[in-house]
Amino acid sequence: MARRDRLSGNEAVAEALRQINPDVFPAFPITPSTEIPQYFASFVANGKVDTEFIPVESEHSSMSAAIGASAAGARALTATSSCGLAFMWEELYIAASNRLPLALALVNRALSGPININCDHSDSMGARDSGWIQMYAENNQEAYDNMIQAFRISEHKDVKLPIMICQDGFITSHAVENIELLEDEEVRSFVGEYKPENYLLNPECPMSVGPYSVTDYYMEAKRNQAEGMKHAQQVVLDVANEFAGLSGRKYGLFEAYRLEDADRAVVMIGSAAGTTKDAIDRLREKGEKVGLLKIRLYRPFPAEAIAEALKNVKAIAIMDRAEGYSDHGGPLGADVMAALFRAKSTALATNIIYGLGGRDVRVEDMEQVFKDLQTMIVQNDAGDTYRYMGLRE
Amino acid sequence: MTADISKLGLKTKWQDLTEGMIIAGSGTSAEFMTGEWSSIKPVFIEENCKQCLLCVPVCPDSCIPVHDKKRTEFDYDHCKGCGICVKACPFGAITMEGVN
Amino acid sequence: MSNHTEIRWHGRGGQGAKTAALLLADVAFQTGKYVQGFPEYGPERMGAPITAYNRISDTIIRAHSNIYDPQYVVVVDESLLETVDVTSGLKEDGAILINTERPKEEIIPHLKGYKGAVYTINARKISMAALGKYFPNTPLLAAIVKVAQIMDKDTFLREMRSSFHHKFSNKPEVIEGNMKALEMAFEEVH
Repeated sequence: MARRDRLSGNEAVAEALRQINPDVFPAFPITPSTEIPQYFASFVANGKVDTEFIPVESEHSSMSAAIGASAAGARALTATSSCGLAFMWEELYIAASNRLPLALALVNRALSGPININCDHSDSMGARDSGWIQMYAENNQEAYDNMIQAFRISEHKDVKLPIMICQDGFITSHAVENIELLEDEEVRSFVGEYKPENYLLNPECPMSVGPYSVTDYYMEAKRNQAEGMKHAQQVVLDVANEFAGLSGRKYGLFEAYRLEDADRAVVMIGSAAGTTKDAIDRLREKGEKVGLLKIRLYRPFPAEAIAEALKNVKAIAIMDRAEGYSDHGGPLGADVMAALFRAKSTALATNIIYGLGGRDVRVEDMEQVFKDLQTMIVQNDAGDTYRYMGLRE
Repeated sequence: MTADISKLGLKTKWQDLTEGMIIAGSGTSAEFMTGEWSSIKPVFIEENCKQCLLCVPVCPDSCIPVHDKKRTEFDYDHCKGCGICVKACPFGAITMEGVN
Repeated sequence: MSNHTEIRWHGRGGQGAKTAALLLADVAFQTGKYVQGFPEYGPERMGAPITAYNRISDTIIRAHSNIYDPQYVVVVDESLLETVDVTSGLKEDGAILINTERPKEEIIPHLKGYKGAVYTINARKISMAALGKYFPNTPLLAAIVKVAQIMDKDTFLREMRSSFHHKFSNKPEVIEGNMKALEMAFEEVH
């Protein structure tokens, strides 16, 4: 039985974690993710969970403690944002290369500088090559649902990789919206018990973890690690299917919104997708064939499925909420364009940098993007490889 | 995938590495032959040996086996040739080319 | 009320504009609406102008932008009238609600020619009378519920009482004062 409620995105993730009842949660606070460990600490204090909550002195330590706990055989996670994620950088790679299932509730916030507390994706986008699975949410409901699916994906025997559950700082993390929650027992039986095959605290079979590898083995080790990523897409779909049976809410690798007959499409990640849907509905009422592809799973990148979903589209705007400083666009732009090239797409595509440091995205902004795509079609010219939206110039 | 580290070698394929290169199981270092690392080896001169056993605990690789309270021949499969045992022996019962 | 209502709150950090927006979302949710309540964070300091927003709708809300053309604006601190363009985008068929001790006629000239309805409330007087302390957000919450016709008075008071019982479970002595502030505000906003 679903429970209707109204929660902020941070409350929703904390609630999911209460229901999951993980073994270990080390945390260090940073805006805008602070509320997640804050709410969770109250669950611990009130005896609502059995979790070992470890207040640490830095994010370097929170991720290190989560890694240690996971290696020891515990279901572990932490939460952070922005500079906190940056301070975990080394540990992100340690977690992934040691094939340790654990979760990170990431509340996306701009990385310095200038110092800014608001949303963009520059923190997690920087970590896109760290070997973590990355999943993004449009709203509080998706953040909650993704968190509940996280450990099933991360701990799957074919995957065994850490997972980052991302949502937009303030825009969803601090916005109270309607949400449907699952019952505690439903969540606990869905997530199940964590039974690692090997773990440090197994007296029957002690384990060595965190090896040094000379050149002779390093490349084989990295290829071995990539194998987990190769399996992740199917596992994400399988877990989503099972979750749909439980919740009635369907998830895939991405969401295609009114895309089937669209001649123009926007590809984007996160909360602005909801705003884009409103723009699409307005334009559809005027007979314009416009659609959206909203990325849910960004790492691994479902390139072939994305290219397939965009195969009939004439013009595409790929929206990055992060500067890539490649002078060639942002990370999502690079990934989608590479996917289109491999699929021999003839679509006109451009890359738009938007929403940095919390810059607002209005329905009208997205209507303008679709209008610009129409101009691209008429002129048969995609124009600049990448450009900015909502910039004073 | 195998955790059998004795099979690790320059011809090992990526498919045969363990996930995260973890090694599950204890005492597996015995299966890993480090003896080939050395260019020089200690030699045990039994007639000089008083069985004081001072050499045994100083060996970093536990390569001096003891049976019935007496040390026996070196374990050359794992001895890396560091020569510490030569320094520890008061009776000249261990020699090593290049080490006095 | 209309199918989709958008409200913008102007306050200063520490005055509870964000809390009021979240409480409004809360109480509207209790009546079966789709709701959004969210703050816009600027510099994090007491006294800095802050904005908070509400969307209240019969249908699912997907937009995650700020609100630029609200039906209603609530001004928690009248000193903001001089420094913030509070009527920006405010719909003429909507209304502005201002917390002030001054008569409405004195306020209207500061609204840059806004043609829509203007409501005022002396939240300080109500709060001091009912609570003995200055918490402007409780009277303003009741006032905007009435002005924007979010729900009828009885439903509102019933939902708020149950919400206060939950929120103030460890200090029930403050519930009656808050309820009194809500009732007074419902009567006194004009």
